[in-house]
Amino acid sequence: MNENHKEVFKEEAYELLTELETALLELEATPDDKDLIGKAFRAMHTIKGSGAMFGFDDVAEFTHEIETVFDRVREGDIPVTKTLISLTLQARDLIKMMLDRKGGEAPSEPALQEIVSAFRKLVSTDGEGSPATPPADGSSSVQASPPPPKQEISPNAQVTYRLRLSFSHDIFETGTNLLLLLDELRTLGECTVTADTNDIPYLDAINPEYCYTGWDAVLTTDKGIDAIKDVFIFVEDRCEIKIDAIRTDAEEDRRKLGEILVERGDVAYEDVLRILKEKRPLGEVLIEKGITTPDKVDSALAEQQHVKKIQEKTQAKEEIISTIKVPAEKLDVLVNLVGEMVTVQARLSQTASLLHSADLDSIAEEVERLTAELRDNTLNIRMLPIGSTFGRFRRLIRDLSQELGKEIEMTTEGEDTELDKTVIERLNDPLVHLIRNCIDHGIEMPDVRLSTGKPKKGTIHLSAVHSGANVLIKIRDDGKGLDKEAILAKAVEKGLAAAHAELTDREVFNFILEPGFSTAKVVSNVSGRGVGMDVAKKAIDALGGTIEMSTEKGKGTTVTIKLPLTLAIVEGLLVKVAEDHFVLPLSIVEECVELTREDVGKAHGRNMANIRGEIVPYIKLRNEFKILGDSPDIEQIVITGLNGERIGFVVDHVVGEHQTVIKNLGKFYKNVDSVSGATILGDGTVALIVDVAKVVRSVELTEAASN
Amino acid sequence: MSKRIMTVDDSTSVRQMVSFTLKQAGYEVVEAVDGKDALSKIEGSGIHMVLTDLNMPNLDGIGLIKGLRTHQSFRFVPIVMLTTESQESRKLEGKQAGATGWIVKPFKPEQLVAVVRKVLG
Repeated sequence: MNENHKEVFKEEAYELLTELETALLELEATPDDKDLIGKAFRAMHTIKGSGAMFGFDDVAEFTHEIETVFDRVREGDIPVTKTLISLTLQARDLIKMMLDRKGGEAPSEPALQEIVSAFRKLVSTDGEGSPATPPADGSSSVQASPPPPKQEISPNAQVTYRLRLSFSHDIFETGTNLLLLLDELRTLGECTVTADTNDIPYLDAINPEYCYTGWDAVLTTDKGIDAIKDVFIFVEDRCEIKIDAIRTDAEEDRRKLGEILVERGDVAYEDVLRILKEKRPLGEVLIEKGITTPDKVDSALAEQQHVKKIQEKTQAKEEIISTIKVPAEKLDVLVNLVGEMVTVQARLSQTASLLHSADLDSIAEEVERLTAELRDNTLNIRMLPIGSTFGRFRRLIRDLSQELGKEIEMTTEGEDTELDKTVIERLNDPLVHLIRNCIDHGIEMPDVRLSTGKPKKGTIHLSAVHSGANVLIKIRDDGKGLDKEAILAKAVEKGLAAAHAELTDREVFNFILEPGFSTAKVVSNVSGRGVGMDVAKKAIDALGGTIEMSTEKGKGTTVTIKLPLTLAIVEGLLVKVAEDHFVLPLSIVEECVELTREDVGKAHGRNMANIRGEIVPYIKLRNEFKILGDSPDIEQIVITGLNGERIGFVVDHVVGEHQTVIKNLGKFYKNVDSVSGATILGDGTVALIVDVAKVVRSVELTEAASN
Repeated sequence: MSKRIMTVDDSTSVRQMVSFTLKQAGYEVVEAVDGKDALSKIEGSGIHMVLTDLNMPNLDGIGLIKGLRTHQSFRFVPIVMLTTESQESRKLEGKQAGATGWIVKPFKPEQLVAVVRKVLG
């Protein structure tokens, strides 16, 4: 077991904690769900079990207490109550703190004790009702429980051991390879091994099938003494092992050879004192006088060196950490370089296929494979699914709604939509603000909801979808909606709008995003101070995104955050209209179908295609980009799915998938709406990346205008 | 060259599981159904290690270990016994007969590989 395993365990434990949290929150809604109880129990059980295995003894111990309670919940002895769930959630947070102790604060012992005694109380009152349990809550921090264990050797502390191994002569008859055992020992940590060959007899007396050698080893490991013993588990009855821990504290002076030899019991203290008086090298004299053997002295010297090395290492090690923080620009440069590489690779592939050279082809294929891998890995460094962020809000919503006496359920969609890591991180705060607003202003109190014919429980729906080169994140609540008049009145009061200005809904709602704007009558600790929305807007702006509000009075509000895909590379569908190439983001492409002149004729001039009985509107890219010339007899429609609607794009040919390195069009073309970027193809020509959403909108606007 | 391991067990399922796991781990595997079968197959097989069950018909695991430890070519071959919790005394017998190590059933594939690596390198 090494640090890596620990990290893996930690990751696993974090996942389990999230699972536990989810289960608990769901359990709150359906307290009788046996599956959920089982799920919560299993999560704790695994954390406990593996925790002990990976040296997180405190985690194991603490989790054990809660698991015990849940075991009884599982048996049906204890009912699932709000108190139980709240307590367990608190416990979950403490476990998390214990796990990431390295970075943050460790939970204090009283805090742990408090939870444990609260749990015990729960068991006693709901169970046998015996009063002989520790006092609850307040007094528990001073209760006469055994004092917390002193700062023990922390689980990952490096300890240096001295081992002396001697084997019975016939050890080889068990088929044991001792060198393998020494190798295994070396895998536990920094290890210095010296052989003691003193017992090897003269050649004429040697039995070649016997083992005469013993070994001394000095091992620095974080795996504990049991791991060392495990190495020798198969040979324990045919060998003698002496294991002692030795001090390697940096403050302590380096130990002298004599001290080590005395500690090992190889030399008597008096002998050392006597010889030291001779002022000659100790080792030499000891050997000369036959007090000890050269091997023993060498072994002690090796220990001395080993300890010195470890001390130096510990000092250096303090600066090493398991993750590397890299400035985002460095990653950007890397992503850019990979982008260039992809372009060059496309050229190579194209050239290779033109030259009809098998050798070159195979190289090109290899480069293609490697480039794809490189690209994926590079992008992966930065991409994270948004689900983990959504998960965090579940807790926020629960806690806040409880505080305000509202009942709110959260639903999510598109958790696996991946976004750039930095975007996700910086998205957290604005989302928190927006969700708080939903809870505070949006969702009504349960009785109000009932009286307006709505379900008692409000819903907040979080969703994330790719839309062209953007990601749309929506926060939708089914609350009372925005009050247009109130907002307008406030805007006038604040001097943001003229008293009788004619404003569109969107303009009115956008006032909410102004600094210091709040219509809340009571300032709660949740929201209403008018800070929040503008902060959220600023944060989204900083990410290059936009934020939009739409609302229906009495039905709810939807906040849509549109973020540009910061990805420099996307999978695209390469299509051709006349001689021009275009790229449609593959993520929104649903299918490609043919469009014949006959089909067009049947539609009587409307841009509608009948696809397996379904009417799908389409847009001709040829018209949109004003490309001259006649279209071929059979055209292709690329059907895209956009905001739940299917819209076709008519092109001449579909070329195929294309790894698209997005290049900015530059300032010059920043007002070109229908194109989100461009890419360079293998043969050097430029293909424009169609901003599908914008093209659709502009067509809609034109249509609306002409009607 | 990959090392060759003989798995000896009268239970087909155990043999198959062991065999599959070891092949996955990159070893070659020879199967035998009991001690007698094992002894007859081992001659000239170039086996590097033996994994044997203890309770088997014809010749049991202990017998096989004893047989191998007196065998000209396999005196020092590593032998790992598959035991169960309740077979403590049998395990001791096996150790005295010269077994290199043991695995307690039930075991996970990775435990098996770990033990094989331990005694075979």
